[in-house]
This record gives sequence, structure tokens and C-alpha cells, in this order.
Amino acid sequence: MALKEKAKIMTAEKMARTLRRIAHEIVEKNSDIENLVLVGIRRRGVPLAERLAEHIRLIEGVQIPLGMLDITMYRDDLETKSCNPEINKSEINFSIEGKRVVLVDDVLYTGRTVRAALDALIDFGRPSAVQLAVLIDRGHREIPIRADYVGKNVPTSRNEVISVKVKEIDGVDEVIIKEKIPD
Amino acid sequence: MAISHKEKGMSYVLSSKDLLGLKDISKEEIELILSTAEAMKEILFRDIKKVPTLRGKSMVCLFYEPSTRTRTSFELAGKYLSADTVNISTSTSSVVKGESLRDTGRTIEAMGIDLVVIRHSCAGAPHMLAQEISASVINAGDGMHEHPTQALLDMFTIKEKKGRIEGLEVAIIGDILHSRVARSNIWGLKKMGANIRICGPMPLIPPNISDLGVRVCSSVEEAVEGADVVNVLRIQRERQDKGFFPSLREYAKIYGIDKEKLKGAKEDVLVIHPGPVNRGVEITSEVIESSCAAIEEQVTNGVAVRMALMYLLLQGGAKNEAAD
Repeated sequence: MALKEKAKIMTAEKMARTLRRIAHEIVEKNSDIENLVLVGIRRRGVPLAERLAEHIRLIEGVQIPLGMLDITMYRDDLETKSCNPEINKSEINFSIEGKRVVLVDDVLYTGRTVRAALDALIDFGRPSAVQLAVLIDRGHREIPIRADYVGKNVPTSRNEVISVKVKEIDGVDEVIIKEKIPD
Repeated sequence: MAISHKEKGMSYVLSSKDLLGLKDISKEEIELILSTAEAMKEILFRDIKKVPTLRGKSMVCLFYEPSTRTRTSFELAGKYLSADTVNISTSTSSVVKGESLRDTGRTIEAMGIDLVVIRHSCAGAPHMLAQEISASVINAGDGMHEHPTQALLDMFTIKEKKGRIEGLEVAIIGDILHSRVARSNIWGLKKMGANIRICGPMPLIPPNISDLGVRVCSSVEEAVEGADVVNVLRIQRERQDKGFFPSLREYAKIYGIDKEKLKGAKEDVLVIHPGPVNRGVEITSEVIESSCAAIEEQVTNGVAVRMALMYLLLQGGAKNEAAD
């Protein structure tokens, strides 16, 4: 299946501004900043969480604890994958017991990744609250999950693919919408 | 951020449904197992040591030879991944009524097992079983042939402590002849680019072993000189009835690893041992308790490596297909 690029829906500048706005929203909604922690979902949720933490540090002067979560072992579609997804380490080097956790991911689609992330997170302890921040919400939920902070809502068809690129992994900050073309 | 296998163009699957030995698997497959084990190890230090990854999968440990650590390690690895695990110790099974390995294998497969972990005194028994059944088979030691999971956990420990395997000088000391651990280590370590020296009483050095690309040393001092890693093998007392060496005391004096013999090794030498240890025979208590030994950590790493293998063998659908 080939992919054809349709449009760039977010530039580097737009992404930076969006993340800054989300950081402000997180701070506004969580006044007890001492209890706030960020957990990025591997892989692209991690650099996004790092940037949110940096924005929050600039706004509030507080360094928020940052963790990373690999949800592969909690996926519900392992059986149907043609191939084993690569497993990476989860690194949450602090207790999440009683904390307000903001999960961070790049794209919210079916909701299944977030469901897996909730299971994975709860194996590390019992947070007092869990919120969800995503850069792009593209709809098509298959389970009842919604985001607390959304960078941009992008109505899509299932035939399209959202590609979030971040400097740390892809060398560039941008979001592109692509279309699957049958061979 | 570490470079993932995907970026290196590496596949995420093992080429076979089974793990029978390290002789026939590739360097890339070994690297995949070791990197997956790294993620698995983190689970062992959690408060809740369980992930749902292998829920609904079942495995049998079929051991025709005694074992505590390997069997327990496999069983716990399965349980930590939420697989259902069953043990068959052959002394209390139909094997004593004369059931053949082939029939035992077919019987447990008919009960819907996904993985059989087998230890057998005959070399090649796991290979025969693997052809007979469609479930995955892991070799947990076959005769004097291979013990791949031990070698994998040794390599994992080396990589963790030294940061690499390639270019390291590894000395393997002891009864090479009877040691499946040594053979699997030699095949695995050579593939990963290590240089290997071996040393032991001459009757316990197999002829033509240098064909595997190892240097045979005539003294422990020579083998240990400049070594990064010393892998001390267990003297298998149960296999010494043919008088391969005069006495345990003499063995300990000439081949037993003590502080003195380690003086020629690299300052940060790592000493490993597959266990169970005969203290004061092949290795002194002083070395075991010293900071250069990682024997207990090897046990922990063994669980992580076996979890990684189970995940790679049991999870995921058709092999050979490209990733999504």
C-alpha cells in the first residue's frame, strides 16, 4: 500500500505554539502543580511530553517529573499483528501514587493505545487522576475515550494516515496528512 | 534516543517457531532477543510484576533432567507475562510407564499447549520434538549439545556490564567437553564478535574444538591474561566417573578461580558462572562474593531473557511478513 502526501496540517511554528497553549491549559486545570507528572507514550509522545514539561517550567518555574511508557505489552491487537512490535523499556522513575498524571501522545485515533496505556500506567500505582493530552485528534473512536487537551481536531477518513514528525526522532517538526492508494 | 531496530532495517521476528540452539540463529536475532530482554527486565523491579502480554497462552516445562533454576526461571517468566504454566517432571509422569518423547509431545499438544520448554539428556531431543509438533519448542538443555537460554543470559549480563560484546576477550574455564553452556556460549559469543579462550584439564577439552574459532590455552593464567570476562563452568560431578582428572582438590588447585589467578585479567574483569556453584572447587567463595562476580544478577537476567523469548516466539501472527 503506497501513501500519497495530501497536505501539511501543522508547521514547526504552529506545533510550538500549540504545545505552549496546551501547557497553559494543563497549568490552568491543575493548580496543585506539585502533584502533577507527565508521562509520554512511546515513541512520539515522549518528546512531546518533554516539550510540555519545558513550557510548564518556563510558565511556573517548576520542573515536572517526566516518565515514559511503552504500551506494547498491553496492546489488544498483538495477536492480529503480522509481526511482533518492538518492545521498549517503560521508565517511570518516581511514584505515581496519588499524583495527577497527564498522559501525552501524538495522535488520538481509535482510543485503543490510550486504553492500553491506562492499563500499563495503573500497574505502576494508583494516580489520583489521569488526564490525556494529544497533539492531533482525528476521530474514529472505537472505545469510550476522550482527550482533555487537544492540539488540533482533524476530521479524517479511515483511508488517511496522520504522520506526526518531531525533531528528536524525525529531524523535523510537522504534521502531514497522507492518503492510502491501493497498489 | 537509541536507534531502534526499525531504523536499522531489522526485522522484529525470529526466523523459526522454536529456539533450539545458538548455532543456527543469526546475530540480528540474538540482538533482537537481548534488546527485548532489556525491556522485560524493568518489569521484574515493579511492585506489580505482571503484564497481560501472553494472556491465554499456555506452556509446559518438560524436564527429563533435574533442574531448579532453569525450570523455575521459565515458569516465572511465563507467569510474569500472564501465560498459564504447567510443569511435568518425568519421574512422576507417564514417561516412567514407557511413553516415548514423541507421544508425550503429541499428548500435551492435543491439550492445546502453545510452548514446550524441554530439557533432555539426549542431544537433539528438542529438535526432534520441534519437528513433531506445531507448538513452539525452547531447548532448555539437551545432553552435551546446547543450552541456548543460558548463553543468552550470559551475553545479556556481559552486554549490560560492559556495554558491548564485540571485541571483548572472554575466557571459558572448566569442563568444556560435557558443557552445553560452553558450546552455546562459544557459538553465540563468536557471532557477536567476541574473542574466546578456553582452558581446562586436557581430557575435558574436546578434540577439534579450535575449529569453532576459539584459542585453547594450556594454563588458566594464560587464558585469563587480559580477559574482560571469565566464564567459570560448573564441575559436573555426575559426569566425572570416568576419571577425567585425579581429584576435586587437584582441580581446585590448578583450575579453580581465585583472586590470585584473576590478577592477570583486566582490572574490571567480570566473572560469571551458570550455577549451581561448587564453592571452593571451580571458584572460591572470595571471588563469588567479590564485586567482579555477577552470579545472582545472571539469575535475574535469566528470567528477563526467557520472557523476551516467549514474547518473540508466542506473540504476533504469521512470520516473514513485513511490519505495518
